[in-house]
Amino acid sequence: MGTGTGIGRVRGLGSAKQGSHHWWHHRLTAASNLLLITWLVVSLLRLPLYDYRALMLWLSSPWASVPLILATISVFYHLRLGLQVVIEDYQHDFSRVVALILLNFYAIGGAALAIFALLKIAFTGAAA
Amino acid sequence: MARNPARPLSPHLTIWRWGPHMLVSILHRATGVANAIGGGILFVWWLLALSGGEGSYARFIDLMTSDETGRVNLLPGLVLFGLTWTLFQHGCSGIRHLLLDTGAGYELKVNKMGAIATMVVSTALTVLVWGAILMRGH
Repeated sequence: MGTGTGIGRVRGLGSAKQGSHHWWHHRLTAASNLLLITWLVVSLLRLPLYDYRALMLWLSSPWASVPLILATISVFYHLRLGLQVVIEDYQHDFSRVVALILLNFYAIGGAALAIFALLKIAFTGAAA
Repeated sequence: MARNPARPLSPHLTIWRWGPHMLVSILHRATGVANAIGGGILFVWWLLALSGGEGSYARFIDLMTSDETGRVNLLPGLVLFGLTWTLFQHGCSGIRHLLLDTGAGYELKVNKMGAIATMVVSTALTVLVWGAILMRGH
């Protein structure tokens, strides 16, 4: 604060002071994505992907479900940050606001669905 | 906000000769969007199909594969193959970006080699993964 005019500050023009936080969390989730997605790709290659029971057994273990929940959070947070930059680069005025709201709905909704499905499998799947 | 869309844009896309670094830069963004939308939806869909029980997972697998051969169907196969490559390309150029963030790799030759390397490695990994899947017989 300090640069810019008073009316500019009232209208919310200028930096929101969240740039470095956004930048750092993008890198942080890039690193966690790298670890968790590498684990996921290797795991999926070792699994019989058509076998419902084998997959349910795998996901009933905390050693599979917890990394997958962490991967879901990391990936959806990362894509939320990344698509925000894309939207801000190409969308202007009102459509930018709409796109950013839709992005938040997609990121939070997608992650919530994935995590709920994972928890349901972890807590109820093993007996089936 | 006062924005005049009639203002001219300085030429930036048209005046440069294309190089690998430019291709990898725009690919990082394009593959990121593809992973975020395509990969994200497929990941959630897969987990929801699994959590819905044996019948719902069977329908998901049935959509993706052919009954006769058990192999992946052509259209889902192309999507899955494409998303495998976009995942690896985004990962490889992501590692490159993390290295560039430290201030390393801006010399012309090193930069060009790094850009080419991301595409070579991502393509090799994609072929390797799908080779392993197809060799397994499913």
